[in-house]
Amino acid sequence: MATVFIPSLMIDMTSGKQRIEVPGSNVRDIINSIDKLYPGVKGRLVENHKIKPNISVAVDGEISPLGILEKVAPNSEVHFIPAVGGGAN
Amino acid sequence: MTKGSNSTNGYKVIGTRPIRHDGYDKVTGKALYGADFSISGLLFGKILRSPHAHAKILSIDTSAVENMDGVKAIVTSQDLPQTNWTKEKDAIMAKTKVLYKGHPIAGVAAINHHIAEEALKLINVEYEILPAILTAPEGLDPSSPLIDETKKNNISNHVKHELGNIKKGFEKSDVIVERTFDTATVHQGYIEPHNATVDWNSSVQDEKVNIWVSTQSSFDIRGRTAEILHLDPSKIKTTPMEIGGGFGAKFDPYACPVAALLSKKTGKPVKIVHTRKEEFESTGPTPGSNIKIKIGATKEGKILAAEATLAYEDGAFPGGVVSAGALCAFATYDIENVLINGYDVLVNKPSTSAYRAPGATNSNVGTETVIDEIAEKLEMDPIEFRLINASKEGVRRADGPKHPSIGVIEVLNAMKKHPHYNEPLPEATDINRGVAIGFWMNGAGPSSINLSVHPDGRINLIEGSTDIGGSRASIAMMVAEVLGIKAEDVTPSVVDTDKIGYTSGTGGSSVTYKAGVAGHIAATNLKKSLIERAASIWGVSPKTVSMENGILFSTKDKSLSISLKNLAKDLNDTGGPIISNGATNPSGAAPSISGHIIDVKVDKETGKIDIVKCTIFQDVGKAIHPDYVEGQMQGGTVQGIGWALNEEYFYNNDSYEMANPTFLDYRMPLALDLPMINTEIIEVPNPAHPFGVRGVGEASITSPPAAIANAIYRITGIRVNQLPIKPSLLMESIKK
Repeated sequence: MATVFIPSLMIDMTSGKQRIEVPGSNVRDIINSIDKLYPGVKGRLVENHKIKPNISVAVDGEISPLGILEKVAPNSEVHFIPAVGGGAN
Repeated sequence: MTKGSNSTNGYKVIGTRPIRHDGYDKVTGKALYGADFSISGLLFGKILRSPHAHAKILSIDTSAVENMDGVKAIVTSQDLPQTNWTKEKDAIMAKTKVLYKGHPIAGVAAINHHIAEEALKLINVEYEILPAILTAPEGLDPSSPLIDETKKNNISNHVKHELGNIKKGFEKSDVIVERTFDTATVHQGYIEPHNATVDWNSSVQDEKVNIWVSTQSSFDIRGRTAEILHLDPSKIKTTPMEIGGGFGAKFDPYACPVAALLSKKTGKPVKIVHTRKEEFESTGPTPGSNIKIKIGATKEGKILAAEATLAYEDGAFPGGVVSAGALCAFATYDIENVLINGYDVLVNKPSTSAYRAPGATNSNVGTETVIDEIAEKLEMDPIEFRLINASKEGVRRADGPKHPSIGVIEVLNAMKKHPHYNEPLPEATDINRGVAIGFWMNGAGPSSINLSVHPDGRINLIEGSTDIGGSRASIAMMVAEVLGIKAEDVTPSVVDTDKIGYTSGTGGSSVTYKAGVAGHIAATNLKKSLIERAASIWGVSPKTVSMENGILFSTKDKSLSISLKNLAKDLNDTGGPIISNGATNPSGAAPSISGHIIDVKVDKETGKIDIVKCTIFQDVGKAIHPDYVEGQMQGGTVQGIGWALNEEYFYNNDSYEMANPTFLDYRMPLALDLPMINTEIIEVPNPAHPFGVRGVGEASITSPPAAIANAIYRITGIRVNQLPIKPSLLMESIKK
């Protein structure tokens, strides 16, 4: 199962858990799996079937340009981090 | 790792220094910038801006202008699409409230800009003035007025990163240093002001809005103008003109929607060119900030805990850069226990925008001066202390992900061994040396490249990335490397949004990375097609044909050989033209690390500060065109020096008016103020890029302020806590 690192400002939604192991072959599956355990997480991360514009998803350290479509391996690390704005990207 | 600016690593084109393709036009004045652009029937637009920092708009009366000779149209927020009203529309022209001095209110088009300027004076706006706030700490004060009255406070964004246990980390620390810093709002200071010419063709069959603009992202201008004006993106064509600097500030559409509305009303093209005052007061500077940094370490020099609280000015609308500042705050170090809180705070200033490594310089001046202070308390060499704690590949960053390939250690080692670091200082007590390092994560994004073959064998390269730092040359060089031809045999062009696939903006040090990947794909495919064509002509298998140095040849039959130039002549008769495309949205952009050694002189009688000697070290991955890499390193360094010593938005606090909105009073460093900026290119290749590229445009600005502050401490014994480090403030501290 992939390890998902919960952003500090969202751990109130996951009973204080900072890391969660959930099944899923892509980021969409991962988010759905977390949302089953902790309803409401999906709404904080996803809008119109896309990762919200103020959030980036990183799989195994790489910011993913594919968002919820990014593939996730069983031993992957998944992070949801603030998108870097301005001229950064 | 390789070091030096001439390493080609077996490449024939990459690492060399050909003359840039656009160089001749630039130095002879033939290059067309936005202000040069003209078109039949052109009208000139001007924008009325708020004289107040914060006020309700009670009424706007344009009646005195409507019949004025030479005035062709007036627009206000009422001319923008009224449904789905957004903050972005409010930023283009204020509807009910102005949020900063310079906030656009109305636009006028006239037969010349003098009449347009006179017309602005006749528009009567009634205001109810409201109390204003200018700094992030003011904005955080619960008693401060709300910029957005629908919110509970002025915080538009809060980011928090946490690693380990910060409390335990400090408890175990032998040395703890905690300091607070204030940095002023600064401007990117590009030479060419924002400009836009817009021609709205309203014919029913072929409605098209043509925009000629100075921008870092023609596709962003298209997309955002389309959103604001409720148009389909395909109805807008954006042509990027040559650009006279941007540094992150030229992404917003600013005058484009206003010029578009004026053009729609008049049926004529309308050009708007900002004045320098408008640039300072009404475009996006980079934020002033309040930075609190606390770092604890063992007596052996291992950092155990680091905490940052960052409050950045957002300007009048959300969209600030504290997220990047938080990410970068401790990214060069391997620290087990970290806590970072970052806040973007709404204030009555123009909305901030990016500026080389947006947000990183602010946090880095705090981190790198506290690091220096701890090294001093531990009686350790400041570079050695940094090496003990240096981050490396696989180390987890405070925001979560682990670092990919990263060159912190390589940069620090190069600094430590460098003659500049080891040469003795002058005997004079008013000169000393400071060091600092910095980080920028770099970005990527979608990119498209089209290639075709000219009849003379040169390769036509079409791209969508605005060329702001020599990217036409660097992309051409990567294409040439794949094809085994000279860089000058690739002819690059940056084209409008109708002529190339989507290409994200020239920012985040992304272009050489992403367009390099796209160019590599396109060139590889083109080479394959050329080989197949030669094989077809010779009646042999493509597997037996190769291409090197611009020659296609059979690996089995020495008599079968043809130059690309000769093959190109016959393409139409042997199967037709050959073209190739590369389109990608790659991941894998790896960070760049900067390091500065700066010798500083302080006149203890006046507080005047001079830079005596400066060397920048930067991990660039692979320098495609070393001249342009060095140019980025030098340019960022100079801007960092300006940020450290001279530059600030200086406000008259009674009227909340910027007192220095000209280059005469907003003092940027000139060539006469500075020594040669020496460069040391460090090459730690990025394994995710076919040529090892890392973006190079940003890290260089992040470390000069701290290096200068650290040098000043060694001269004066004063730990600087404010940017810019003004002589007056330094003298006050010296006298104390």
